[in-house]
Amino acid sequence: MSATAAPIEGTGSRPADAIAAWARRNAWMLSLLALLVGLLVFTKLIQPRYGPIPVQGLGTSILPLALAAVAQAVIVISGGIDLSIGSMMALTSVVAASLMDNQSDATGVAVVVGVLALGLVLGGINGAVVVGTRVPDIVVTLAMSFVWAGFALLVRSSPGGGAASWLQGLAVGSLGNEWIPRAAVVLIVVVSVIWFPLVRSRLGLSMYAIGSNRLAAFRSGVPVGRTKFLAYAITGLFAALGGLSLTASTGIGTPIPGPYTLLSVAAVVLGGVSLAGGRGGVFGPIVGVVVLQLIQTDMSFLSLDSNLALVAQGVILIGVVMVGSVIELRRSRG
Amino acid sequence: MSAAVTVDRWRGAEAWRGLFRDRPIIPLVGLLSVLIVIIDIVDPGIVSPGWANIIVRTTVPLAILAGCQTITMLTGGIDLSVGAVASMTGFVTATLVHSPGGVPQAILVSLVVAMLAGLVTGIGVGVFRVHPLIMTLGMSFVVLGLANVWQLQSVQTGAGVPDVLTMLGSATLLGFVPASLLVLVPVVLVILVGLRRTGYGRLLFAIGDNPVATRLSGARAWQVLIVLYVFSALLAGIGGLLLSGLTNTASVTLADSLVLPSVAAAVIGGTSILGGRGGYGGTLVGALILSVLTALLTAVGLPEPTRQIVFGAIIVVVAAAYTRVTGET
Repeated sequence: MSATAAPIEGTGSRPADAIAAWARRNAWMLSLLALLVGLLVFTKLIQPRYGPIPVQGLGTSILPLALAAVAQAVIVISGGIDLSIGSMMALTSVVAASLMDNQSDATGVAVVVGVLALGLVLGGINGAVVVGTRVPDIVVTLAMSFVWAGFALLVRSSPGGGAASWLQGLAVGSLGNEWIPRAAVVLIVVVSVIWFPLVRSRLGLSMYAIGSNRLAAFRSGVPVGRTKFLAYAITGLFAALGGLSLTASTGIGTPIPGPYTLLSVAAVVLGGVSLAGGRGGVFGPIVGVVVLQLIQTDMSFLSLDSNLALVAQGVILIGVVMVGSVIELRRSRG
Repeated sequence: MSAAVTVDRWRGAEAWRGLFRDRPIIPLVGLLSVLIVIIDIVDPGIVSPGWANIIVRTTVPLAILAGCQTITMLTGGIDLSVGAVASMTGFVTATLVHSPGGVPQAILVSLVVAMLAGLVTGIGVGVFRVHPLIMTLGMSFVVLGLANVWQLQSVQTGAGVPDVLTMLGSATLLGFVPASLLVLVPVVLVILVGLRRTGYGRLLFAIGDNPVATRLSGARAWQVLIVLYVFSALLAGIGGLLLSGLTNTASVTLADSLVLPSVAAAVIGGTSILGGRGGYGGTLVGALILSVLTALLTAVGLPEPTRQIVFGAIIVVVAAAYTRVTGET
């Protein structure tokens, strides 16, 4: 509010003002990063031996949830929510593991491409049903979570299958420096390659538009239905990437969906994406995932009951959102 | 002449729409009857008082948890913590059976703990305006984590579901009446009368329909919401007690698999997830439909995966039918 009230020539003329304005705009992301740095320092303090190997392990362990969070962020920004992400990950993971079992590396590449296409199709079906029936997103994707989980069980009734060795190699170890987990590099590269062209495109702008005000977007000529459909398809694509990362990190496919759906909602909210839509990005949720995972790591270093980690995650989720909404309330009143 | 016919037909369609919109329970009971007829054709002679007894008995915990979803969805919220709260209540009761106060104290303590969880949820939603989805999701982490800690602390490791709960959850009275109706009927009466005949019930509809108008007309929404989530947690606790009695097990994840079906039952029953429309009568029939449907798919011999797929598809179809009829977007 105060930024718009200030004279225009005032902003930008002094670098300090510009920095302050930038900091205000990105306050959520900056606080989240501060929380992350604080947690890292705390981790190093309580466990002086926390070094490259645990950092690489951290990279591997966050990969599936981070991709799930990115998938959720895409659709939440567009004003929807997808409760079928966990099931889509399970389905794509078992399909990948079943097709790659005892196959050559070249087949593995074809399978990965095919599974990504499958993810687009699954997400597209979700989107088509949401747009076609006009049933609330949460109900449709809740029902579709049963459907996709059922298909996953049809593909494999028990965990099994295999993964191409190059795919498994992508999720473990380090790259260049021993402090840089290869999984983190893969995550950043994959997400950037899809996300940056997307937000700079007309589709990306339309997604933010329908998320922040559907009616205004419609009246400005944004094709609301088509944008929503494509947003769901992209969510499906990221869910397929999450499924592939599950296969890569475990070497098999598991038909029972993991806890990724609800945790992805938590990470998205923690990452500064408004559930009302239209605000946030995909990198905040990734930082949110790292924070959630580090809490668990620290709890085990403190040799506390690992169940308290669950409690801490819940408390941090509620606390962060509470603080956020109180700030929002005070801002709108003042 | 032909114009009159058209008008008549139009009126007929409009009457059907009105029926679906205002009395969704009538077409729902129709759907339930159709399912029962189909299951009797598929497996002749299966439908009997004994069969109905089993169906009702397994539906009761789901119906109670779906009640939590119904009342919270009326205000535009949702309660994803029912699974954790229900499991915790059953589990804590089982661990406290041999405490000095005996079974009544165990049940009382666990229900109070459940209501405390609901109180925190209600304060988060009502006072701090946290989105109900996030608030109840966070609470479910907290409750599950604390229940796990309690599991490690307590000497009794949850092998002792008290006899009275086993009786209430799974016994049969007078030959075919499930004992769990002794709990369900009062719960149903409280919710139905509460929603239809009290000012508090009307406030729930009002908040879901138009929160701003409700606030401007002087309703203290935060108080209404706190009471709502405390009551929802109490219901979840009662449902959890019956479920642990029905299955004769007490575990901290016992009711987790009922969370999504409870939302589905409320949605099928005609309660809008956007708030302001719905009721508990439809939810009860919705929960029965889900149980009968599961029994039907089992009777047809469909394997579990196919059952899940059909289950999901039916939720979408019913929800789409509602949306079409009520014209809501």
